[in-house]
Amino acid sequence: MADTMTIKLVFSGGLELLFGNERNQSVLIPPLVPSDNSTHSSPSSSPSTPSSHNDIPSTGETKAADLEYLIYHLRDHLLKERPELFMENGTIRPGILVLINNTDWELEGEGSYQLCNNDEIVFISTLHGG
Amino acid sequence: MAPTSCSLCRDAKAILKRPKTGQQICKNCFFFVFETEVHHTITESKLFKPGDRVAIGASGGKDSTVLAYVMKTLNERYNYGLDLFLLSIDEGITGYRDDSLETVKRNQQQYDMPLKILSYDELYGWTMDAIVEQIGKKNNCTFCGVFRRQALDRGAASLKVDHIVTGHNADDIAETVLMNIMRGDIARLGRCTSICTQGEDTIKRSKPFKYAYEKEIVMYAYFKKLDYFSTECIYSPDAYRGHARTFLKDLEAARPSAIIDIIHSGEAFEVKEEIKATQKAQQTCKRCGYMSSNDLCKACTLLEGLERGMANSVITDRARKKMDAIGPAPDNIRTIPLFRSTPTIAVELPSQS
Repeated sequence: MADTMTIKLVFSGGLELLFGNERNQSVLIPPLVPSDNSTHSSPSSSPSTPSSHNDIPSTGETKAADLEYLIYHLRDHLLKERPELFMENGTIRPGILVLINNTDWELEGEGSYQLCNNDEIVFISTLHGG
Repeated sequence: MAPTSCSLCRDAKAILKRPKTGQQICKNCFFFVFETEVHHTITESKLFKPGDRVAIGASGGKDSTVLAYVMKTLNERYNYGLDLFLLSIDEGITGYRDDSLETVKRNQQQYDMPLKILSYDELYGWTMDAIVEQIGKKNNCTFCGVFRRQALDRGAASLKVDHIVTGHNADDIAETVLMNIMRGDIARLGRCTSICTQGEDTIKRSKPFKYAYEKEIVMYAYFKKLDYFSTECIYSPDAYRGHARTFLKDLEAARPSAIIDIIHSGEAFEVKEEIKATQKAQQTCKRCGYMSSNDLCKACTLLEGLERGMANSVITDRARKKMDAIGPAPDNIRTIPLFRSTPTIAVELPSQS
């Protein structure tokens, strides 16, 4: 079975303010996650904390960890304030651009893109003056 | 999903899906089509001629930074023969404008262009912070917008420029069309989609990014690693435009071409002749000489309201008449200096009027 994945994150365009002003962060995501995107059984987001490989949720169906799940995970575990500025209707708020390894997420399947170890996900907010 | 190759050059990996066309393109093709489309916008509208002095309204934000970069690139690539300047307005918003001005100063170094900064404080005697303190957060965008428009014209006049360009993008213009429809503002609806506006006594003002999507501007800045400042104006969360913006973003998510479509609809609007006749004719302000629909221009009206402590009452024309009924302005209030298209900006002291 695949190991827990390290996912690198970059927040910019003002979005970093919602994440404790840290532009560059990372999270650990298990290879299998609940299909309903519930995040209560996720491992700690700090890479220095040891995490269990067998962190399978006890109830419900599972799916391979994808970007949709990552967004829920970020909202529930990393976001410091104002979740409504990050997520809307089960996905990223319109006006926030997402890049997966420097590629537009629309080319990679958006929320259904399956995460791989060491992927870099960039979130850029466009919702501010120019 | 397997990586796709660019639909234009068929060689490099596609990194972006263009909202305007749905095309999947690579980085270099993206740079090229983005820049070339702006070039076409400029040449088709015949915006410039060789020798023009052009001021770029620069706030340090994403649109104006990318605009400065692209104008410089196109000017060199296609030999427009323009003299480019950066013009920045300091509204006096602590924690927002002072930070973004640092970005403009960096832009000046990076793009090697002369920079002029003009502040509300020196021009009107009021910073936005002071204005918001007096009137609260409801109508402050009206003050800021009106004051900024005049400030840009005066700054440009002092630089002797022929033309001001601003970074308004397709999303901005579509939002404005929606706002004007929502508020029933016929006069503005008829004007807001023009790429180039010019009054009799004012400097030409254009929007080369009129058809450029905000998403593409942000992606361009990201891939070119351009330095910009990105925070919401601290007074804007209550602004009316926010409603239009949210609606537009939802429309874009459903159908990306909606933004351009709204602009084209806005361009196609025509005001009926009978209604046009009731619109006010352009005149010049009796106090400062700037263009106006009434005896006093909006900026002078707003400033008088602030100076007399009745700012909230001058937002609408009807309220203005009520203020006039109370009595004329006292002689010793601060007024805006006379506007001429000549180099110097004189600051008049309150004792004169």
